[in-house]
Amino acid sequence: MIRLRSVARELWQVASIPLLAIVLAFIVAAVVVVISSTFTSTGFDVFLPFGAYASLLAGAFGSGTALSNTLVAAAPLILGGLAVGLGFKAGLFNIGVAGQFLVGAFASAVVGSSLATSPTPVGMPLAVVAGAVAGAAFGFIPGFLKARTGAHEVVTTIMLNNAAVLLLTWAVNDLVRAPGFSFPRTGDIGNSALPILLGRNVHLGIPLAVLTVFAVRWVLDRTTIGFEIRTVGQNPNAARYAGMRPVFITALTMTLSGLLAGLAGAIQMLGVIGFYAPGITASVGFDSIAVALLGRSDPIGILFAAILFGAFRAGAPLMQIETSVPIEVIDIIQALVILFLAADLIVRRVFRVRAAKPVISELATVTQTWAGGTSPAEPS
Amino acid sequence: MSEAPPVLEMRGVTKRFPTGTLANDAIDLDLRRGEIHALLGENGAGKSTLMNILYGLVTPDAGQILIDGQPVTIRDPADAIARGIGMVHQHFMLVPVLSVAENVVLGQEIVRAGQVLDLGEAANRIRLLAKKLGFDIDPSTRVDQLSVGQQQRVEILKAIYRNARILVLDEPTAVLTPQETREIFEVLRRLRAEGASVIFISHKLDEVLEIADRITVIRRGRVVGSRTPANCTEGELAELMVGRAVSLRVERGRSHPGAVVLEVSGLRAKDDRGQEAVRGLELTARAGEIVGIAGVAGNGQGELVESLIGLRRPTAGSVRVAGRDISRTSVDERRDRGIAFVPADRHRFGLVLPYSVADNLALTRYAEPPFAGGFAGIVRNFHTILENALRLMEEFDVRAPAPTAPAATLSGGNQQKVVVAREFRHDLKLLVLDQPTRGLDVGSIEFIHKQVIARRDEGVAILLVSAELDEVLDLSDRVLVMFRGLVVGTFPAEEAQREKVGLLMATGGSRA
Repeated sequence: MIRLRSVARELWQVASIPLLAIVLAFIVAAVVVVISSTFTSTGFDVFLPFGAYASLLAGAFGSGTALSNTLVAAAPLILGGLAVGLGFKAGLFNIGVAGQFLVGAFASAVVGSSLATSPTPVGMPLAVVAGAVAGAAFGFIPGFLKARTGAHEVVTTIMLNNAAVLLLTWAVNDLVRAPGFSFPRTGDIGNSALPILLGRNVHLGIPLAVLTVFAVRWVLDRTTIGFEIRTVGQNPNAARYAGMRPVFITALTMTLSGLLAGLAGAIQMLGVIGFYAPGITASVGFDSIAVALLGRSDPIGILFAAILFGAFRAGAPLMQIETSVPIEVIDIIQALVILFLAADLIVRRVFRVRAAKPVISELATVTQTWAGGTSPAEPS
Repeated sequence: MSEAPPVLEMRGVTKRFPTGTLANDAIDLDLRRGEIHALLGENGAGKSTLMNILYGLVTPDAGQILIDGQPVTIRDPADAIARGIGMVHQHFMLVPVLSVAENVVLGQEIVRAGQVLDLGEAANRIRLLAKKLGFDIDPSTRVDQLSVGQQQRVEILKAIYRNARILVLDEPTAVLTPQETREIFEVLRRLRAEGASVIFISHKLDEVLEIADRITVIRRGRVVGSRTPANCTEGELAELMVGRAVSLRVERGRSHPGAVVLEVSGLRAKDDRGQEAVRGLELTARAGEIVGIAGVAGNGQGELVESLIGLRRPTAGSVRVAGRDISRTSVDERRDRGIAFVPADRHRFGLVLPYSVADNLALTRYAEPPFAGGFAGIVRNFHTILENALRLMEEFDVRAPAPTAPAATLSGGNQQKVVVAREFRHDLKLLVLDQPTRGLDVGSIEFIHKQVIARRDEGVAILLVSAELDEVLDLSDRVLVMFRGLVVGTFPAEEAQREKVGLLMATGGSRA
């Protein structure tokens, strides 16, 4: 009993601020909904947010279909969130998940479509691996640049995001364009698709993403590699003193982060999209940053944060249909969540949280890496 | 002196921190006009909290402050300054790129019509003030071009410029050479003669006995005694401070130096800004011998030890350990060869503060069996990590709530013991100690010194770098003086007199 209570207290210590930030975001967004209702066909309606949130909830968890939509939307966010979170653990801010995601999706589409007629047990795993490897290779580039030259990963990954979009557009147009379509695209993945396990759309990628959560957690918490990654993130000087090589760890972490992002692209391609065409959405890349922040870079936290964000995506259409509250309100809520996480003082004031202040090192990485913080590539 | 009310009186001052620590427990303190009053206590005894209350940085839970017999409330430092209280912090609060004059007037600028800064007038006033105090300082010099001792004088000027009658100095000698210490004492005596009152915070017994008119000892938030230098001894003060008898002199037998373990020749290394900090240095250390390096901080000691341990790549020369040149090998390889290192800055290098004590105690051997094994040898073995922690915590008397407590929650002394416990292994050849007791209290210093001697007697070669001259003199079998990147003098222990070594530290002898 005492043990249970202390576990609960510990959990509250870690999760209270994110949870309260979510609650506060919903409250503030409700005000926005009420005010905007004045200008729409619904007319001024104080109770509109209740209806809207009820529909959102119903659309996300209300039925088997709703639940599976939530899980399908959450799966790439889980992997993307893990990619960003892993970077944070090493003190790196990988904004390049969007690009790595696209490269992974493209590679798995190319491999998947060329094996479209092979049996699933052959084509599907190869397509998944292709996506992961391509993402890893694309993540290695900024990692190598940082390790070798000290080039800041925020700058290089943003540039590489654009490079990925343009390169892949060219590649689809000129290298792997499938014949017989009116627009540039790759062939269908056919048999390489991830098998549907349940209902209409619950694909194999979902359990794969959840398994990856525990794999990443194991690596971070239980292995020497995870220890090295965390130590470099916490104190690169102490890491060097302990005989670690921060430069190597930096490159390795960016590569692993790219691998996870590429895997996100692969399961989205093989589980949902089915073929690659320029212009497929890469919003996963940026939502992943929000997921990692909300989950405090902890794999389990990321799992829950991704499910929440997936629920937003899955539930929003029903909200719009039933209450005319636009889908974009979801973006407002997501933005407010991150705002309140960053300005946690507001949350503490509003809810009178007295928990000892844990330092959110992820945000420090986001804000401080610019101030000339210790770079692992310092001359030795 | 007893007729006038004390300049300052603190009555029943109590402060409990939200963590539950009772930092000040009904402390009474009084300060007379023209008195130097020493506040003596270990780290964490509550000296700084008391002074922060006086300076308006911390609000007390209970108690009263009286100035010239009148009760006052001090809400913030501006209040304190207005009441004539000046504070010189251990870490100077100066803007390095501004001139002395600009720093002194900061916040109290003299302006001509139209809000134009009148630095000329300020410089004149400062020159007069400096002359009165016997300082030789040009007000137009940039602060980053001053020595540490001079910067401290700028801090004192700053306080006096604001008409401070009560000057609080927090560990003022911690960063000074013996010569600079003597000079600052001269300044304090001059201030006293002018009628100012000084509170002098320290944990160095000899200094307190030399400079203070009265000594108040604080232990665990309480005043445990008040003495005058005439009616007490160092031993008595130490006992009051620690709460038990401590040996101030390191007890050690003769050393029995064996074969040469460390041989540094022609070593050159650059500092972080690319300036040559070590300039062709030579030294040797034998097994079972403590070689101390004395020197004013910033003469290349940091770069030397970093080159020895592998954190800095020397530009020339060799470092031989047991005959083999290791100057180009990795940190890891050097550790495997039996080299250990206690860094000067435990927060920057020695510890990962958010990690548990147990993880920190295994930090430098995290990847070796038995700390890691299993699949591909990368699975960390928490059982042995914890066992190792419990054993070392017992052996080195590390006081932590649990081996799983974050290192950040430990006191400075216990944090340092974590580093020492980890590095003082039994299979060592060479132990490099950089300021191993910096900022620690008497009890912790005594313990660490005993461990150093014990390792020496096991036949480890020990290189000790310290800005505390007393520490070098007490522990070393041989004393080297380092000046501007070179060893400028070597003294056997019996010939290393404080004065001789101190002079060489300051001037570098003929090679300056």
